[in-house]
Amino acid sequence: MEYFVQQLINGLTLGAVYGLIAIGYTMVYGIIGMINFAHGEIFMIGAFHALIIALGLGITTGTWIPVALVAALVGTMLLTPIYGWALERVAYRPLRGSPRLATLITAIGMSIYLPNQVQLLQGARIKTLPPVLQGGFEIMEGGGFVVTLSYLQILIMVLTVTLMVAFTLIIEKTALGRAQRACEQDRTMAALSGINVDRTIALTFVMGATLASVAGMIFLLRYGVIDFFIGFLVGIKAFTAAVLGGIGSLPGAMLGGFLIGLIEAFWSGYFTVEYKDVAAFSILVLVLIFRPTGLLGKPDIEKV
Amino acid sequence: MLRISGVHTFYGNIEALRGIDIEVNEGEIVTLIGANGAGKSTLLMTVCGNPRATHGTVTFEGRDITRAPTHDIIRLGIAQSPEGRRIFPHMTVMENLQMGAVTADPAHFDEDLERAFSLFPILADRRSQRGGTLSGGEQQMLAIARALMSRPRLLLLDEPSLGLAPMVVKKIFEIINEINEQRGITVFLVEQNAYHALRLAHRAYVMVTGKITLTGSGADLLADPEVRAAYLEGGHG
Repeated sequence: MEYFVQQLINGLTLGAVYGLIAIGYTMVYGIIGMINFAHGEIFMIGAFHALIIALGLGITTGTWIPVALVAALVGTMLLTPIYGWALERVAYRPLRGSPRLATLITAIGMSIYLPNQVQLLQGARIKTLPPVLQGGFEIMEGGGFVVTLSYLQILIMVLTVTLMVAFTLIIEKTALGRAQRACEQDRTMAALSGINVDRTIALTFVMGATLASVAGMIFLLRYGVIDFFIGFLVGIKAFTAAVLGGIGSLPGAMLGGFLIGLIEAFWSGYFTVEYKDVAAFSILVLVLIFRPTGLLGKPDIEKV
Repeated sequence: MLRISGVHTFYGNIEALRGIDIEVNEGEIVTLIGANGAGKSTLLMTVCGNPRATHGTVTFEGRDITRAPTHDIIRLGIAQSPEGRRIFPHMTVMENLQMGAVTADPAHFDEDLERAFSLFPILADRRSQRGGTLSGGEQQMLAIARALMSRPRLLLLDEPSLGLAPMVVKKIFEIINEINEQRGITVFLVEQNAYHALRLAHRAYVMVTGKITLTGSGADLLADPEVRAAYLEGGHG
């Protein structure tokens, strides 16, 4: 039981990372119908921004750890979206209206270019951040096993849930969210309503990148090790989460993220760590066979 | 108010509009009638810059809008209830109306909503229902109500009577007349239902395969033997 609870906690915090990235995949897919395969690289760049700011502020030596943490978080949330915006502006907007294959190939191209750029600028060696946030609560004990909930895990959950609630409210309640949903449902009519469609799409990339940057920061704090290549596997997992939840659905992306995190944690905990990726992707295969629209994806109800 | 001069528009390689000249004056209801595929809807969309005219100019209140992006054209005070109604299917009636008010002063919203509901009371009952679940007639009412939410000076209506029961058609045309007379909104109406449209219109144009072939007052065209033969014989709604 205690072991189970521990894996549950681990899985949820891991799932938070996937969920935050998956939202970016699902929002971009929703609005322009493309899979932005470079989105995982935006996450990686977010982790680098957070690391550079944290180290720049002397997080390893100073007594200002909380300040440095907040600065790294805010900094990466401000800097990383510039990449998201530029990606859309440079690579995708010129191809709007061209065949899907062209944008898909471009996305793959950008997902090769971005890690190489980071490798050139930051070097190929792994970068480490010593644990800055240690300790936690011991919430259960039994059979010689202690269940701990670390401060970091609490921070991750609070941050993730806050962001997910905030973004859901933006999409559901604000004029910007309405404009995004309008572009998603009928881009021509959105323009006829006076919406600047290009700007709305760019803002969607910016919002997705903001969430991915937070995921990057969480990844950095959780594992303490990053390199230019982390975007690939995490990106693919988050994409899997988005498809599992139903691509295009915001709650689906969050649910999918947490599910993938839990599957990985339980598989690692009860079976083997080596095959955790296989477990996650196998679930995806099963869902696609039996429920192709994903868990929360719904087929279109449209009446003409 | 709206002047379309020498406009040609292409869809791919097909020349849908072949040199159109139309003028809509302030306060008028101008009707454009024509058969399926004549290019009527293309013309309304060309006014809104999607697709753009390849030759010729479109001016609105003296301003050249031929090359302006769609959202800027809408901000000048033009609203369109487009072909196929284009209700946002997953948004509620309320949200669809909010989408219509994107370019409007938010301070007017409550008042405009009130007016939309008094024009189409059924929409008030359906306000939290999703657009995609409305009936055809309700969708048409919503499309017109949505277009009015921006307080346009020029309203472009694309076949508001299409696929509706005769009673509803009659109601829609009454409301178009009311919008024009009471609110002073200029209306450019595209229709296949020539009888109702010509009766309503101050002036009218007839379009055949991308060209204007006839023009005159609504009453003149209603009496014209060619128009009668082509668009009115065989009963009128």
